[in-house]
Amino acid sequence: MIEFVRNVRLWFAPAEVREDGETPDYRFSLANERTFLAWLRTALALIGGGFAVDQFLPDLRWGWRVGLALALLAAGVLCSLRAVNHWVRCERAMRRGEDLPVSRFPALLSLVVAVVAVAMVVVVLVGWEG
Amino acid sequence: MSGPAARQRDPDRDPGLQPERTRLAWRRTTLSGTVVAVLAVKTVLHGGASAAGVVACAACCVLWLGFLSIAHRRIRALAVAASPAAFAPRHAAAAVLCTVAMAVCGAALVL
Repeated sequence: MIEFVRNVRLWFAPAEVREDGETPDYRFSLANERTFLAWLRTALALIGGGFAVDQFLPDLRWGWRVGLALALLAAGVLCSLRAVNHWVRCERAMRRGEDLPVSRFPALLSLVVAVVAVAMVVVVLVGWEG
Repeated sequence: MSGPAARQRDPDRDPGLQPERTRLAWRRTTLSGTVVAVLAVKTVLHGGASAAGVVACAACCVLWLGFLSIAHRRIRALAVAASPAAFAPRHAAAAVLCTVAMAVCGAALVL
């Protein structure tokens, strides 16, 4: 948690990132940037999914609809915050010549997506009459 | 487009086309943001425009413009320099802030 707070400070202090180590080949930085953007797209897709659940499943009970939509929106928020955090950590590791940070977030996200998908199946099978 | 002949003509050109790929990644991400903004507008149009809904939707559109300007600046920076500087953490944080704020607007619209 303290590590996360330190990273948050780094988001807004580009000079501090530059003080660490030496600048890597620009291609590595660009690859890191593309990975960040890919995670941001994932986050935007989750947010879009939240809107879509609300808009395109109007026959659902209110609780299910809002619950699913909010879960997807929250997953999008988490995903985007994690995207920038991981980007900063990778950037710093590359400057210092360390190993890139490992993360269990992809596994966590795929579990959440699987749970949401199962919930959708249950909702479609059971929730229609409600 | 970038066959062996083209590469011989321009030896300075990065064979991995890294700046171009990064530019396209920005374009894709902006497009995803556009989809979210359009869905927000649809939600307001569909659900009867309450004052709070219109405000949330307008906020979404402004946030989309913000994201677009970040993407535009970055794409310009990528196009100008031969070996572009690394992306600034401040801009990364701003892009993520736009995304998070869009989700908050979404929550306001859904509830």
